Amino acid sequence: MGDWKTITVPVLSSDSKNIFQYTSEKKISPSSMNSQVLRLPLPSSKTMHGFFSAFCTEENIEQSISYLDRELTTLGFPSIYAESKGKELNLISIINCMNELLVLQHKNLRAQEEIELQHLKLGSDMEHLQNCYAKLKEQLELSKREIVGLQERDRQLQSKNRNLHQLLKNEKDEVQKLQNIISSRATQYNHDMKRKEREYNKLKERLHQLVMNKKDKKIAMEVLNYVGRADGKRGAWRTDKTEARNEEEMYKVLLSDYEQRQKQLLVENAELKKVLQQMKKEIISLLPPQKQKPKERSEDGPVLSDLEEDIGELNKENMWELSCETVREQLTNSIRKQWRMLKNHVEKLDNQVSRVRSGALNEKDVISREDHELETEKLELEIQQCKEMIRTQQQLLQQQLMSPCDDDTTLILQDCYLLEERERLQEEWRLFREQKKNFEKERRSFTEAAIRLGLERKAFEEDRGTWLKQQFLSMSTDCKHSENVTAPSAFLGSSDQDNRLAISTSQQRKPHHMLSVPVSAESCQTTQYLTHNSSSAASKTPAGDSKPNQGVESDKEAVE
Amino acid sequence: MDFSELFKLSGLLGRFSPDGKCLASCVQFRLVVRDASTLQVLQLYTCLDQIQYIEWSSDSLFILCAMYKRGIVQVWSLEQPDWHCKIDEGSAGLVASCWSPDGRHILNTTEFHLRITVWSLCTKSVSYIKYPKACQQGIAFTKDGRYMAVAERRDCKDFISIFVCSDWQLLRHFDTETQDLFGIEWAPNGCVLAAWDTCLEYKILLYSLDGRLLSTYRAYEWSLGIKSIAWSPSSQFLAIGSYDEKVRILNHVTWKKITEFEHPATIANTKTIVYKEVEKSPSVETERLSLPPTRALASSLFSTHSKYNIPNAVWIWDIQKLKLFVVLEQLCAVQSFQWDPRQPRLAVCTGNSKVYLWSPAGCVAVQVPLEGDFQIVSLSWHASGDSMALLGKDNFCMCYLEREEIK
Repeated sequence: MGDWKTITVPVLSSDSKNIFQYTSEKKISPSSMNSQVLRLPLPSSKTMHGFFSAFCTEENIEQSISYLDRELTTLGFPSIYAESKGKELNLISIINCMNELLVLQHKNLRAQEEIELQHLKLGSDMEHLQNCYAKLKEQLELSKREIVGLQERDRQLQSKNRNLHQLLKNEKDEVQKLQNIISSRATQYNHDMKRKEREYNKLKERLHQLVMNKKDKKIAMEVLNYVGRADGKRGAWRTDKTEARNEEEMYKVLLSDYEQRQKQLLVENAELKKVLQQMKKEIISLLPPQKQKPKERSEDGPVLSDLEEDIGELNKENMWELSCETVREQLTNSIRKQWRMLKNHVEKLDNQVSRVRSGALNEKDVISREDHELETEKLELEIQQCKEMIRTQQQLLQQQLMSPCDDDTTLILQDCYLLEERERLQEEWRLFREQKKNFEKERRSFTEAAIRLGLERKAFEEDRGTWLKQQFLSMSTDCKHSENVTAPSAFLGSSDQDNRLAISTSQQRKPHHMLSVPVSAESCQTTQYLTHNSSSAASKTPAGDSKPNQGVESDKEAVE
Repeated sequence: MDFSELFKLSGLLGRFSPDGKCLASCVQFRLVVRDASTLQVLQLYTCLDQIQYIEWSSDSLFILCAMYKRGIVQVWSLEQPDWHCKIDEGSAGLVASCWSPDGRHILNTTEFHLRITVWSLCTKSVSYIKYPKACQQGIAFTKDGRYMAVAERRDCKDFISIFVCSDWQLLRHFDTETQDLFGIEWAPNGCVLAAWDTCLEYKILLYSLDGRLLSTYRAYEWSLGIKSIAWSPSSQFLAIGSYDEKVRILNHVTWKKITEFEHPATIANTKTIVYKEVEKSPSVETERLSLPPTRALASSLFSTHSKYNIPNAVWIWDIQKLKLFVVLEQLCAVQSFQWDPRQPRLAVCTGNSKVYLWSPAGCVAVQVPLEGDFQIVSLSWHASGDSMALLGKDNFCMCYLEREEIK
């Protein structure tokens, strides 16, 4: 390891050259990176002087010169002494030596610079390499992961491959099975073939026999006597006519069968149509009335209108008889549409129900709880208020009780309060009694009126009866009728006034002629009066009385 | 429930007369005609050879006995026991023989299905139908007996000929789009003819009476197809049983499938009643169908039997509700079952000496209280629904049912 050695040597005398020297060893190994590089600052003139004087002083000039000479000669420089061992200095050689030393110094500095530069370069290289290393490590990681992934994929592909192999095996098995089937069929074929072969051989033999056997046994039928036909008829010749007849028969049979089937199908068809119609009606009734909902109208509008049209059309009875395609299609389409609508509706309801069931419970609780809470708050407030009121009242009461002989003012106040209250109560009592009296009066008058009315009605009825009788018997007496005009007042009057009037009028004519000419008009009026009276039970009767009385009086006037 | 004593029987040939008065049974070469209720012997006829097949005429006046080995058909009259008739097919041979609906003609199918000879008992005329098809159900008569459909095959193609039974005139002749016609059957209304293909092809064709093709139905391709079909008594439904253990029901309006019934080994529906005797055993599949006659009752039932796959079970389906109604599970394989002609009552036999009766009210198993080893192989109801004949290999007995007993 090379070191920079610093040897402080006594410096030359007061030369104005500011040379700051370090004698150094020239061995510098490259591995001395870590050692610090001592910078070589240019010496300042001030320090130099101090330093220079340290080496060489006036006392040791000779020594220092000889030291320098030795050093220089060891370094390879020529001696600074002149020839011979005299003490005379060779100026030229000294200057040369100095020059050489300067040059050497420059070179060293340059070398140092270079080394520093190199050092820096190496540092940066190292950084660079470290980066590269890190990057490579990352890459290595990545590639390792990739490898793992690829291995996984490889495994999957292998399993897939295995599956495919299995499938292939299955297919092969199936193929084998089919081949077995084919082979079994082949054996069946062979078996058949062999059978046929055998039969064929038998035939051949028989034929051979027949050919050989000239004496054939007669093929005949022996019968004692011919039997009659089953249906008793005689046999017929086979002619074209019979052929035609047979054809006819055959077609008749076929036709009758088809007709029967068609009838059955028609019946079934009609039943099914009826069922469909019923179903349609029921579906319509089940569907919610969507006419009121305008927002849904936009969607179902055209459909509904079509449906309604369809319904209108298809409900006609005569349409049922037509079994052409279009009607059938219409019916089935309309039923399908409605069924779909019903289904949607039911689904909606289901959703609603489920939502309601799941969500509404919470909502209900929440709502009710909120309400409940609000109510409880309100109630609490009320309770508080009431409590306060009670407390204050209690206080007051206590005050009153506890401090009876307090200030006079309080007494007076209390008295005042009491008086006030008493007065109020008295007034109220008075009012109450008045009202009671009035009510009693009214009730009495009402009952009287009712009784009177009943009596009058009975009388009226009697009179009417007699009048009708009279009328029927004698149709001429007009004067009697004019007299009878006054009679109605007897019925209508319910107050004393009326009674008096009645009495007066009745006095004018015969008491039993209590009828009037325009019975119908009067009766209407009476009925009116009756109804009026009955309806206005609460209202004051005088008012009620006055009206018909006025009417009656006017009538009376009119008649008279 | 009463049982008669055992009587001898051979060839499972015990038949009630159409009017229900008599019961004909064969013992080797003898034909015994008994009274249906008393089982008294009314007539006894002797044939020339062992009888292979007997059939009553539609008016219950005649019985034909066919002896295939000798190629002879003998016809006996009940009115006149002396009357006799013998039809000798000679060298032509005899494979099948049946009555015409009017009860006066006999249709003999010669060997190798070379031709069908129509012998008349009234006239001396003979008719021939050439190239009949050698299939299971090659001849079909309409219910009213007016028309007859015959399956034919010429030049490796299938045809159907429709004849008028009154004069045996050919009405229609048309070809069918089948590979190998397996069977034909008229609908009860006599207007639709169902023709189905061999089991290698699932194909059923529906023809109108006048020969027009109304519809074709194919449920699937490649796998084995139709095994048997059955019309509903009202002609409204056609049930098709196939090898895939399913029954498909077509409706008569559109001829499209309205439902299919499965016969799974386990029944998931809890509403199905299962009458069990004991467990069952699996195998390959085939099916047999039968429909009961129409009822005034609300539901109509229809039973299926999967012969090989679940051979011990009878499945009863409710057509109105279109679902499985009841499953009867037997101990042994079901040999035969038949609906009561009057009520929704099913009689089942499984080869043992018990007869099983099912009705919507319940199920009952009755042991035949007869000595000996009597195994019921087949049964046949009387037309009135009051009795039935239980046929075994060598014997048969009658079972009389009381009206109130089994509801």
